[in-house]
Amino acid sequence: MNSVSVEIEKNKLKSIIGPNGAGKTTFFNLLSGQLKPTNGKIFFKGEDVTRMNPTYRTRKGIGRSFQITNVFPNLTCFENVRLAVQSQAGVRYRMLSHFKKYKDMERKAYELLELVYLGEKAMELAINLAHGEKRKLEIAMLLALETELLLLDEPTAGMSLEEVPKILDVIKKIKEDGNRTILLIEHKMDMVLDLSDSIMVLFNGKLLADGDPEEIMNNDQVQSAYLGGLYDDAS
Amino acid sequence: MSKTRFSPFTILLIVLGLFLAVFPFVNDSRTMLILFTQIFIFSIFAMSYNLLLGYTGIVSFGHAMFFGLGAYAIGICMKKLEPGWNGVLLAVLITVALCAVLSFLVGILTLRLKSHFFAMLTLAVAGLLMVTAEKWRSLTMGNDGFTFRVPDLLKDRISLYFIALVFMVLTYLLMRRFTFSPVGKVLVAIRENEQRVESLGYRVLNYKIIANVVAGTIAGFSGILYAVSLRFVNTSVFATEVTLDALLMTIIGGVGTLFGPILGAALIEIAQHGLMDLAKVHWIFERWVILFGTIFILVVMFFPKGIVGSALQWQFKRKNSQKATLDKKERSKAATH
Repeated sequence: MNSVSVEIEKNKLKSIIGPNGAGKTTFFNLLSGQLKPTNGKIFFKGEDVTRMNPTYRTRKGIGRSFQITNVFPNLTCFENVRLAVQSQAGVRYRMLSHFKKYKDMERKAYELLELVYLGEKAMELAINLAHGEKRKLEIAMLLALETELLLLDEPTAGMSLEEVPKILDVIKKIKEDGNRTILLIEHKMDMVLDLSDSIMVLFNGKLLADGDPEEIMNNDQVQSAYLGGLYDDAS
Repeated sequence: MSKTRFSPFTILLIVLGLFLAVFPFVNDSRTMLILFTQIFIFSIFAMSYNLLLGYTGIVSFGHAMFFGLGAYAIGICMKKLEPGWNGVLLAVLITVALCAVLSFLVGILTLRLKSHFFAMLTLAVAGLLMVTAEKWRSLTMGNDGFTFRVPDLLKDRISLYFIALVFMVLTYLLMRRFTFSPVGKVLVAIRENEQRVESLGYRVLNYKIIANVVAGTIAGFSGILYAVSLRFVNTSVFATEVTLDALLMTIIGGVGTLFGPILGAALIEIAQHGLMDLAKVHWIFERWVILFGTIFILVVMFFPKGIVGSALQWQFKRKNSQKATLDKKERSKAATH
């Protein structure tokens, strides 16, 4: 990444686009703490989080989904989400009370699974889910953390076309709730245009453009660097 | 599992419990009694090891360090003090304190490392303790070890049998409680995907240390019982073989299952005992380690989940296929209507 400076507005949805290798995921890694910047600073709600590790950033309110599906494979969907709920509820070091005692947590986990249309799969092992279902499971886990900032790294990557609208639906639902800030990395342009309040374009680790959707669509530089190429790829 | 109907597994446990409770009164072979006591003791040790290997996904090659600490604590207390209950209590306190502190220190220093470094370092620490036990002759009598006397109640084979049995059952219940607790659930998640646990906002290192301390302390108890049952202790309690035995028991019985280590301990102890008897038939049986090695390789290749794990998986699959056929029937019904 090379001197990218952006401000992300509260409770808005901002999309990040750019060709492969532009540094979109790296940008996320920096925000969520998987990578530390060599120079530059990251502020979250006015607080310098540059040196903070991922665990604390999550607790501060930065939640992220991964581009590579990242769930607990040999646990049930329900347990996957329940763990996230448990973390959010701050139940951390109870060693001798039975986990079933926490009814509220169970209820919330089920609600989230319903929200992402996985209610029926609650008791299946995550490893047995279809790819798209895993992505949905991951979104449910992310939502369970109730973070103010959601970093979604290509939530529809590798999904079948029938599954995509459902995920869009989920993201729309979250957005309409109005109390989350969402950062979205996405390749599907139509989706980005529909949903986003603003779009930033990365190219070769640099910020190429940042603005509202129409502005970006009409930006010549962006067109030549990225959009044209993408549509060729997609067709 | 509903409260009114017991699952087959619960019924099996109850039958097994009843059998073990009456066993000393119907059996008059001392050897069997001792064998069973050994099984209980090693079950406790294997269960504690399973907490690391099976639930948290930590491989330790030095788990014997806690076992040895317990064994030496009781030995030295009994030898230096008079063999009374005060000494036993003191030994228990010392064991708990030493094991907790040692496991905490080892954990905090090494658990932040990648898994194989942790395995190597535990091996080194156990080795260090073994050398200490060998060199600190005034306290430990070096390599030869020493015998000691214990209170009469612990000398009696039948009462020792029951004490070991009670400890095993307690450990089993404790493990059950612990693994079903919110912390236990996080440990399993760490085994599955450490990085993800971190990004959910849990501090992985703390959980690993908790697992290490609980496992270490329980292992210390099994060490105490072991030394009491032999009334003898020497440096072999720190040996890597002790850890490897626990590893074998856990893997054969079923990694990450509650009952697996108990079954594994029973199988291995009985097999060792039986094979030694067979040594009269053919010399190969005296080298039972060779046979174990072979069994171990076969188990890892064909039953990586161990006996209990494979049984559970089979049951799970059957349940699911039943459900699937039911679903299918319903769907075809819906289609015809």
